[in-house]
Amino acid sequence: MSTPSRYWREIPQRYRLEANSCAQCRQKFFPPRLVCPECGSRDLVKTKIEEKGKVISYTIIRVPPSQFKDQAPYAVGVVELDDGVKLMGQIVDCDFEDLKMGKRVRIEFRKLFKKGHSGILCYGYKFVPDS
Amino acid sequence: MEGIVGYGAYIPRNRIKVEEIAKVWGADAPSYKKGLMLEEKSVPSPDQDTITMSVEASKSALKRAGIDPLDIGAVYVGSESHPYAVKPSGTVLAEALGATPEVHTADFEFACKAGTEGMFVALNLVKAGIITYGLGVGADTSQGAPGDALEYSAAAGAAAFIFGKDKVVAEVLETYAYMTDTPDFWRREYEYYPQHGGRFTGEPAYFKHVTGAAKGIMNKVDMQAGDFNYVIFHQPNGKFPFKAGKILGFSREQIEPGWLVNKLGNTYSGSSPLGLTATLDIAKPGDHILLVSYGSGAGSDAFILKVTPRIDEVRDLAPLTREILNNNKKYLEYGEYAKFREKIRKAE
Amino acid sequence: MREVAVVGIGMTKWGELWNKSLRDIYVETALMAIDDSGVDHIDSMYIGSMSSGIFVGQEHIASLLADYLGCAPVPSTRVETACASGGLALRLGFMEVGSGMSDIVLVSGVEKMTDVGGDEATYALGTAADQEYECYHGITFPGLYALMAVAHMDKYGTTRKQLAEVAVKNHKNGSKNPLAQFPFEVTVDDVLNSVKVADPLRILDCSPITDGAAAAIICPVELAKKLNKPIVKITGSGHATDAIAISQRKDMTWLESTYKAGKSAYEMAGKNPGDIDVFEVHDCFTIAELCVMEALGLVDKGKSGEAVERGRTAVEGDIPVNPSGGLKSKGHPVGATGIAQVVEIVKQLREESGERQVKGARFGLTQNMGGSGASTVVHVFERE
Repeated sequence: MSTPSRYWREIPQRYRLEANSCAQCRQKFFPPRLVCPECGSRDLVKTKIEEKGKVISYTIIRVPPSQFKDQAPYAVGVVELDDGVKLMGQIVDCDFEDLKMGKRVRIEFRKLFKKGHSGILCYGYKFVPDS
Repeated sequence: MEGIVGYGAYIPRNRIKVEEIAKVWGADAPSYKKGLMLEEKSVPSPDQDTITMSVEASKSALKRAGIDPLDIGAVYVGSESHPYAVKPSGTVLAEALGATPEVHTADFEFACKAGTEGMFVALNLVKAGIITYGLGVGADTSQGAPGDALEYSAAAGAAAFIFGKDKVVAEVLETYAYMTDTPDFWRREYEYYPQHGGRFTGEPAYFKHVTGAAKGIMNKVDMQAGDFNYVIFHQPNGKFPFKAGKILGFSREQIEPGWLVNKLGNTYSGSSPLGLTATLDIAKPGDHILLVSYGSGAGSDAFILKVTPRIDEVRDLAPLTREILNNNKKYLEYGEYAKFREKIRKAE
Repeated sequence: MREVAVVGIGMTKWGELWNKSLRDIYVETALMAIDDSGVDHIDSMYIGSMSSGIFVGQEHIASLLADYLGCAPVPSTRVETACASGGLALRLGFMEVGSGMSDIVLVSGVEKMTDVGGDEATYALGTAADQEYECYHGITFPGLYALMAVAHMDKYGTTRKQLAEVAVKNHKNGSKNPLAQFPFEVTVDDVLNSVKVADPLRILDCSPITDGAAAAIICPVELAKKLNKPIVKITGSGHATDAIAISQRKDMTWLESTYKAGKSAYEMAGKNPGDIDVFEVHDCFTIAELCVMEALGLVDKGKSGEAVERGRTAVEGDIPVNPSGGLKSKGHPVGATGIAQVVEIVKQLREESGERQVKGARFGLTQNMGGSGASTVVHVFERE
């Protein structure tokens, strides 16, 4: 049973979508990095990611990991946000038939899972259809 | 004058109809629908709770308020379904909004009145000049025991209000509180579902406090029912608000814009607050609004608001309450509803 | 660098080996390789194993296994790069022999996966992905590859049936491999009707949970000649990494680490894809085999599905892939896979593969990949 510290450390990203970008080559990183993998610069500035984007791949998880046991089936996708940042997240409030490449989605705050019967509740971002 | 600077609503997309619940328990759906004046209610997905809905409602409120979250000096969440028994919902909300660390946070609890409680305190801290902006949220994902009357109405939703002295969209002209110790509805620790006093929840509970608070606040400012454009009462079912209105001399037209319960259910701490967001969605500058909440235990908070011209500038910056209520609905069968609401006993 | 040859191989039947522990399966195959080679001692050993800690609660297996093999105080190193651990073990041994630091090196891979339940095994495998930005969101390994498949199908028109053909071909080969976990054939319909795991992938698109080990002895070519063994040289070695999270890849349909590792290995060997007679690649999921074929240059981008459909990758085809049965039919004890690929290629180049033999195979290639493609190790082999 891990301590809550691993969860708590990622709160700026999971709750507030905090990112950073390279001062040299302007690439944006989510989660934030200490070194730019493109140009090697260590000069990185704080920023946030956009909250809207499009689906660039998706799948429906039918056999889930144990933390997500009661949630299956659920959709997980890779979304390219309007600022170019790509990230993975569940796609919810969307019937499976409506999932498609290029679908416009936006970020919403949701509960990811509970750590068992008595552990902490883990929150973060998911994607919902953006009408 | 201080008042609401931004407001926001959030309602999950899932619904279940009265007929679907009645079918499982062998109850007579038409009589429930008629008796409760209720057709369907909202149901939270397993990944939604008081915290997640508070965050989304508050983000909408922030969009309308147009303020820096760091200027929020207080964050209050009122609910009877806080996700933790010990660990605040308010701190998750404050972090998600970016209001931390210089912010006062508290979780409120008072059955269905917990939302307006938080609003009452946030507003008064602003009024006293202690904070610049204060956020009060009413949110719930409350449960009714399977087969009990409350199961037909217990629903999920959230409404958030940011109070301040400048950029006000609705001034708060007066507040009033009316409380007694009346055990009409309660839940003991470690019990999963609440208990209630049946018909005792009517006259000595809901009506006594709602009318007491309404009369009290109207006396305080020397106003009558006819002076208001709109009134919002707590909505445990479809009938009670109209009955309260009748007692106090309000017309159906004054009540209807804020009356959501027939399609939403009773969102408990979100009930009258969501009625207020729905009313602000259609109110015009100069309109007077009376809000009277009710929380079992028992008590009512009352607010008198006057809408300012700024409402027209900010209303469309976030989703409207009835749009959220009516669009993108997904109807559940009882089995999926019971699974979502963790009403099914599983292996540990 | 000296020239290096594989002079001994060892592998036992893979599957759910209830009666055998991690130590047992390791030692059995190591002894087989040592016997096959005819050497009387080893100078150093490398073991590829992804997660002995999670699966059997045992770390420090480098020493444990040196001890149980009776080889202590020989230097022993446990290597981990998820499912490419075996391939990397070979590469490090190759570098140690090639550099002259050691003469006889035992390279092995081992994984004992069935001492934990399915949930725990899934969790262990998931540690190869990005914990905080992939696993946190509920993705699974089949899910990661399903995302790749959806993107590939959308970009190139690859079909569900073409994916199934990979499994059919690999099971056909595996049915002729006495060491395979699932030595039986499957049909396209079997695949298409098997239970869904992560759309569009079904259970028969996925490699299984397996216990198993494999081993090889490598030494300089001069020594191999003295041992009077068929000379199977390692002529190329390549290793590359890529972003661990699939969302951070420039193109989700393209395995850049396989391309880079393959390029290095081909260059070192002085060979092109067209010169290679037989390939053992990392078909952890059917889509993986298709993407690997493209990244290794066997076919143009997007053309792998039709190549499989037309039978080009069958044992008798012009680009035979996974004559062993691949991970799908042979099994996938994670750390052992890379070395099992070596065992098959050596057998092929020695012409000892029976019904699976690729006729006249002289040049072979192994491609071993970690996670969703964040690491790849490629080796090229040549029979003198």
